[in-house]
Amino acid sequence: MQEDSVAAIKGHPLYAELVAKRKRFAWILTILMLAIYYGFILVIAFEPQWLAQPIAEGAVTTIGIPIGVAIIVSAFILTGIYVYRANGEFDRMTRTIREDLL
Amino acid sequence: MRRIGPWGLLALLLIPVALAAAPALTGAVEKQPVNTSAVAMFLVFVAGTLGITYWASRRTRTARDFYTAGGGITGFQNGLAIAGDYMSAASFLGISGLVFASGYDGLIYSIGFLVGWPIIMFLIAEQIRNLGKFTFADVASYRFGQTPIRTMAATSSLVVVAFYLIAQMVGAGKLIELLFGLDYWIAVVAVGVLMMVYVIFGGMTATTWVQITKAVLLLAGATFMAGAALMHFGFSPEEMFKQAVAHHGSGESIMGPGTLVKDPINAISLGLALMFGTAGLPHILMRFFTVPNAKEARKSVFYATGFIGYFYVLTFIIGFAAIALLTQHPEWFKGGALVDGVVADPKGLVGGTNMVAIKLAEAVGGSIFLGFISAVAFATILAVVAGLTLAGASAISHDLYASVIARGRGNEATEIRISRIATFVLGLVAIALGIAFESQNVAFMVGLAFAVAASANFPVLAASIFWGKMTTRGALFGGFAGLLSAVALTVLSKAVWGDVLGNLGADGKPVGLVPLDNPAIVSIPVAFFCIWLFSVLDRSERAKNERAAYEAQKVRCETGIGADGAVAH
Repeated sequence: MQEDSVAAIKGHPLYAELVAKRKRFAWILTILMLAIYYGFILVIAFEPQWLAQPIAEGAVTTIGIPIGVAIIVSAFILTGIYVYRANGEFDRMTRTIREDLL
Repeated sequence: MRRIGPWGLLALLLIPVALAAAPALTGAVEKQPVNTSAVAMFLVFVAGTLGITYWASRRTRTARDFYTAGGGITGFQNGLAIAGDYMSAASFLGISGLVFASGYDGLIYSIGFLVGWPIIMFLIAEQIRNLGKFTFADVASYRFGQTPIRTMAATSSLVVVAFYLIAQMVGAGKLIELLFGLDYWIAVVAVGVLMMVYVIFGGMTATTWVQITKAVLLLAGATFMAGAALMHFGFSPEEMFKQAVAHHGSGESIMGPGTLVKDPINAISLGLALMFGTAGLPHILMRFFTVPNAKEARKSVFYATGFIGYFYVLTFIIGFAAIALLTQHPEWFKGGALVDGVVADPKGLVGGTNMVAIKLAEAVGGSIFLGFISAVAFATILAVVAGLTLAGASAISHDLYASVIARGRGNEATEIRISRIATFVLGLVAIALGIAFESQNVAFMVGLAFAVAASANFPVLAASIFWGKMTTRGALFGGFAGLLSAVALTVLSKAVWGDVLGNLGADGKPVGLVPLDNPAIVSIPVAFFCIWLFSVLDRSERAKNERAAYEAQKVRCETGIGADGAVAH
């Protein structure tokens, strides 16, 4: 890429906003995912019997089952949230920068 | 079958990671009677994939076609292909077997495998897409000295591919004895020859569509199996769990966490290798270049996460349903394994716990469905090795030949020819090593492949994207430090030092010199430390220019501007 176009993009008011917004958003989602996963692992390491308690009086199904499935679903939902915003808002900002400069 | 101790269990845990080498697939297996319907259905799959390869070969002309299917794969298709790379024989057979043997722990394991995906997506997927062209070394070497960085990246890629391939080939050989009742060498030669044909003639287009075909067949088969199994319990999970508990020797304890996370340090180390290794596997990273832009790259991660998560839920149902349903067939258990309709010893299932899904297929769908599932299980290995070989061949032709040896002066036709020759040679080497390692313990190899990917490829990739002060020297030393420490610590671990090299402790059991099963918890920090140290000490003129070039790289990384030029039609 040419140096002047790098400078032009960097000078565009939307660029700094795009970079800052995306960074913040990506890290929030990352921390959320890590917190969910390592929270689960810590429970397994220190309070495994908590996950092994029945979901209701007399049931065989334990609360660990829906929690485990919920973690799988949460991974899918978090990626979905990211794609929705990145393919919408962030891509629109990128397109505006591009159109303003080309 | 191996005896299950904590080490055996840990080895078992490494397997699905391995995507192909479950313990039963690495230890001795008993050859089964020839399964004609499985062989017939597998031949139908082969005929179909050869048709795909013929079609793909007519669309494979340029280097871009060969390495990235011309960038013409959609996000949805790529998501299926990535999911296909995950849904291997071992994750299908291994995880359902793990659930059958120890219940809830199988779910814990598969969750660990899945959560790496969102992180990759949030932090590096689109950056990789925006900076690279054909291989991950394009990204790692973007603003650095091409010769040293590409040499380093190609070396670690080839190490990853080599160990992964050996584990897959050995897994294929063991699997064919179990599923088809054919000889070991037939599988190794068949897999080697077919993958050469796919890659040499069809490049990434054929490799991707073979993977997609298999992913669809496997998802359909597993969905049918889980559905048919649940039908036996009136579609009530509670009823399924109830009967599973009643038929399992461990009773209610299979409904909660068991022995999986006994040793937190090893568990964390394995988790790190899984999460960051995924972000450093050359054949997975290549898939981000097969889509036309960052938008489709993001979509592909979204679909992949969905398919992989769905697949793991299915394997969980299959494993639990099998506990209750397989006990209706006492003839499938060895003497003493089944006591009064209760599974006393899960490993006493004929063929081992890797046969759980296969046996359940027979229980719910008869011999035709058994043949279908067996054929699909074998096809998964084929599809994965094709992708691995293509990644290895690209490291040789695109990174070593075009950028290091020809220094960018070679022409495209030569580069493609070299990648085809490299594919052929890699295929022969894989066949030879597959046969040579038949009776070796290869369980450590997949763990090693992930550890190298996490310790050499990932740190260099991450630092080149996020840390503007990295220099060529830092990347080179950091990458090699990660590679060497990962390999050295693996050699000194129990899996190699004790199990493979035969060093015994005072009690006569195999021992390792280091207590870690997976080196990632040490080797990843070592790599990052060396990247930092050798970068800040680097006061050369070149280092100054490289730091200055970061701004331009970051702008392209963030906006993709400049990237489309490289990929536009």
